[in-house]
Amino acid sequence: MINLHEATKDFQKYQLPYDLNLVSGKILPKPHIAYETYGVLNINKTNAILVCHGFTGDQFAASQHPITKKEGWWQGLIGSGKAIDTDHYFVISTNVIGGAMGSTSPCTINPNTGQFYGVDFPLITITDMMNAQLGLLDYFGIDTLLCAVGGSMGGMQILELARLATDRVKAIIPIACSWRHSAQNIAFNEIGRRAVMSDPDWHKGDYLNHNLKPSRGLSLARMVAHITYMSEQSLQQKFGRNLQTQEFFSYNLEPDFQVENYLQYQGTSFVERFDANCYLYLTRALDYFDLTTHSSDPASHNNICNKKSLREVFQHTKTKFCFIAFTTDWLFPPSESQDMVRALNAIDCDVSFVVIDSNKGHDSFLLDHPEMLSAVKGFLNGIAKNEGIACE
Amino acid sequence: MNNTMRTDLQEIARLIKPQSRVLDIGAGDGTLLAYLKQKKDIKGRGIERKQSRVSECLAKGLSVIQGNAEDELCEYPDNSFDYVVLSRTLPATHNPVDMIRQILRIGRCGIISMPNFGYWRVRLHLLFRGTMPITTSLDAPWYDTENIHLCTIKDFHQLTQKMNITIEQCYAITGNDIRVFKPNSRYINMMAEEAVFMIRDRF
Repeated sequence: MINLHEATKDFQKYQLPYDLNLVSGKILPKPHIAYETYGVLNINKTNAILVCHGFTGDQFAASQHPITKKEGWWQGLIGSGKAIDTDHYFVISTNVIGGAMGSTSPCTINPNTGQFYGVDFPLITITDMMNAQLGLLDYFGIDTLLCAVGGSMGGMQILELARLATDRVKAIIPIACSWRHSAQNIAFNEIGRRAVMSDPDWHKGDYLNHNLKPSRGLSLARMVAHITYMSEQSLQQKFGRNLQTQEFFSYNLEPDFQVENYLQYQGTSFVERFDANCYLYLTRALDYFDLTTHSSDPASHNNICNKKSLREVFQHTKTKFCFIAFTTDWLFPPSESQDMVRALNAIDCDVSFVVIDSNKGHDSFLLDHPEMLSAVKGFLNGIAKNEGIACE
Repeated sequence: MNNTMRTDLQEIARLIKPQSRVLDIGAGDGTLLAYLKQKKDIKGRGIERKQSRVSECLAKGLSVIQGNAEDELCEYPDNSFDYVVLSRTLPATHNPVDMIRQILRIGRCGIISMPNFGYWRVRLHLLFRGTMPITTSLDAPWYDTENIHLCTIKDFHQLTQKMNITIEQCYAITGNDIRVFKPNSRYINMMAEEAVFMIRDRF
């Protein structure tokens, strides 16, 4: 069993020099942000691109994952000569707070107790994740990002960035995401959370301090979630009704079908690189996400809900948008990106939108779709040219 | 770029003043917007139905959204563009009247290019061959064309009168020949392969 706390100890990190005030009203004492960078920051600090990861992603967007040894999850997009060309741009990729790859999270040590945070960790939101990352940008001395790019939960983060601090980002590329988590998304997340919490090894969230790991629950949660990342067609194409080994059914309850084995593999391999409490916290952050709904005054601790239309949310934005969605994504269907595109058009914002034909469902955004690569490259070139940054 | 650009697009580009705001409906591969951006420093936006073409636009650094203009236009605020361009797209719309209304609501003026179904070659083709005409501007067979509302210059002129719209300028294009004409010219309705209209609401 890998101890994530040990395994991530030597990862590159920056500790915020201040306590982070969370949307919930709670405080996260001087959190660490684990990050990777690619490329070189220019003298005027105008070529920085922030890359935000999806739900169970990490900072290793374009470099080998030290634990799984797999190549970066956006290796096809980011690198020398690639769509996000590290010969020209300075790419920062962070692990969100609450993530399991070295940033302060339920699986790191609570400085007040010397014990793992576990469920004593305060609830975090997408807004909090972005606020922490803004602190990292301050550390680099970057006033304004050339661009921020993110898929899925990463898309939510950069939308939040454009909402919170439009002055700090020239353009954003939200990919396969939405302006809020739908009831269906929340429902699936709740199944995942219940799966984790019903594993006796979860130990009321305190498993790390008891040297336990709710692997069965977490793996089950991942199995359910994994289905939502694929499409019906891609599952059917990949596995159909193919059997694992037998010529015919084994007539017992062990996995017979290839798809069963595949899901189990997804579950068990996930447990190696992720933490169960992080899973609970991040799903919660996703569920709470809604660009149009915010507590009216976070500082005063009152939870009066303040609702705005998407148009009002972006009324004063100066950021350029390029939305990318995928036809068979049923977790964040293209119509939800379109909602934002329409609202932005209505308030005369500079917005682009492409719906890419793919039968791979939500996960399409990780699959180096050539149409996605060319869209990102073209859009970035356009902005870079506007800003006078050489990129040819 | 100018040399390879379609004649109607060259004519449209000529009509557009520098530094203006342009919405190109049916932006295609972005040729016109890219040209205008480069040569006239315009602020351009596009709408395009086909994903592959939207990708081409994005690769050119243009701001283009994928969608059906007939669904999207109602979201745009009034008078948000100086020009709304519809090049060879009007006959492909389900509701041309609505489309023209939207164009003039969103833009201070509209520039429309369209193939002229009254062109003599088209008439002769239909008369003598008895099949749907195929010409330079009507370049696809009937089963493969996006055009569902074809019309002649005369038809379009009559519609603008009915809608109380002014045709401010109109140009007839045949091959490389471009000439100014009066919209009620019977001669031009016969001789022009294609036409470019600049229209405005009559107040």
